[in-house]
Amino acid sequence: MSLTVHGLRPAGVESDFITAENLTAGYRDKIVWRDANFTFGRGELVAVIGPNAAGKTTLFRIMLGLQQPIGGTIKIFGAPPRRGNPKIGYVPQRHVIDSETNIEALELVRLALSGRQWGFNPFSHNDRDAALAALEAVDAMDVAHRPLGVLSGGELQRIFLAEALVSNPEILLLDEPLSNLDMRRETDLLHLVDDVVRSRGITALLIAHNINPLLPHLDKVVYVASGKVATGKPSEVLTSESLTALYGIQVEVLRDPHGNVAIIGLEEHHGDV
Amino acid sequence: MQHAFEAGTMIAVIAGVTGYFVVLRRSAFTAHAFSEMGFAGAAGAVLLAGGLLGENAPIVGLLLGSTTGGLAIAALARRATNRDTQVGIVLAFTLGLGLLFIRLYPAYATEAYSILFGQILGVSINQVLLTLVASVVILSTVAVVYRPLLFASLDEDVAEAKGMPILFLGTVFMLLVAVSVSFAVQVTGVLLIFSLMVTPAATAQYLARRPQRAIIISVAISLLATWVGLFVAFYTIYPVSFFITAIVFALYLLVRLLHQRTTWGRASSVKVGGEGVDKRNG
Repeated sequence: MSLTVHGLRPAGVESDFITAENLTAGYRDKIVWRDANFTFGRGELVAVIGPNAAGKTTLFRIMLGLQQPIGGTIKIFGAPPRRGNPKIGYVPQRHVIDSETNIEALELVRLALSGRQWGFNPFSHNDRDAALAALEAVDAMDVAHRPLGVLSGGELQRIFLAEALVSNPEILLLDEPLSNLDMRRETDLLHLVDDVVRSRGITALLIAHNINPLLPHLDKVVYVASGKVATGKPSEVLTSESLTALYGIQVEVLRDPHGNVAIIGLEEHHGDV
Repeated sequence: MQHAFEAGTMIAVIAGVTGYFVVLRRSAFTAHAFSEMGFAGAAGAVLLAGGLLGENAPIVGLLLGSTTGGLAIAALARRATNRDTQVGIVLAFTLGLGLLFIRLYPAYATEAYSILFGQILGVSINQVLLTLVASVVILSTVAVVYRPLLFASLDEDVAEAKGMPILFLGTVFMLLVAVSVSFAVQVTGVLLIFSLMVTPAATAQYLARRPQRAIIISVAISLLATWVGLFVAFYTIYPVSFFITAIVFALYLLVRLLHQRTTWGRASSVKVGGEGVDKRNG
């Protein structure tokens, strides 16, 4: 059984950017999760949460066309995912940039736009202008000419965001952009993502370890755990009743007076930041 | 001497260019491995086909050994980060093979010495022409793959998601390095290959934050070192490779020292934006 809460629109209409029906992910001999159903429309901000190794990144890999689903269907703008879709911007999870990479941030963003082109074209300035505009959009002009290797975690995440935005995507996939950020920078980055997503009508999926800082910004949540996927509005999905019904075991969702949630029963370490 | 100068100049250019990608992709170990695989190839070619190939036997063997090694490594390890172990495994075997070949060859001491430490002063007009052909091929290939290779080297995950041919680019890179190394070995020898393939580019990285500029500086440093090295070696009894290694090393130290001083200077005077705060909070 799967639990699905669609938005206000009926599934399958043209405004749906991403739709999945009974989507099942895994490898030949192992299912990671099964029967995911969801619909994301234009401009929605979606958190993908769940314990480590539950298959959050797998969902991204399927959307990027890097991995084939083993069951069900997924459509992006009405078509199956394909590798290199220019409408999708992607920020992979990364640990560190080598501190000896002495290439300025602007070059990375610029290459994200022109890096697919063969041939040597030293005199093109279109990509440079576009890269500067993307850096402006993420408020990173101050570090545009600084080497990647010396940037802080927060500065790097902005650069990576600019790198994804420079080709004007309609879908943004952000894999753990908040890891390695302190609370203040976490809040700053979330506000930035929220602004960019709303102002450009981008649908953004964001993998996170802890859902609480995201709650004020979210339209939907995808909860991946124990081989199942729950999707819908946070207030509907993250309740003891719905998760208990989905998993068939007793799951408790606790809320504190500030609205923070903790999910108990499915994972041992939820909420560790 | 004229031939040495001509070949040395072309080799300095290709080593400076491909060296930049070697440094960017953290593939110095791979470059070194290629030269040692080339050593096995060269020793094998001298031993088995020396009569047939004559003076070209070492370079033919070098090319065969290093490109075979390059293809093997590209096939064994898809991602750059996994390559160290595979490179080490292939390297150890080929080096052993090279040792065997060189011991089986009657005049092994001289032959081994020139492959290991360079023999640029002895190049012939044929070898100069061969170097010219290789240089044209390498530089044209770099011009074609320049942007995709640069992007894939900087950000492999995003490049892959963008549908770029990562495996193909990795293989092209391996072959570029293999061929460049094979020719650079004529100047520096197998053991001193870093002096042209790594040090100039590593020095250039400190001096420029844009790849194109860094490549130009890298070429300039390897040209300078090769020219001065050839010049000094011609008038003294000491080997060319020593002077080249000494010059690039001295430049590297100087640039690092200056770079460190300016970075410290900047760090202590930073007050702009949130930069200083960011640094402290990590």
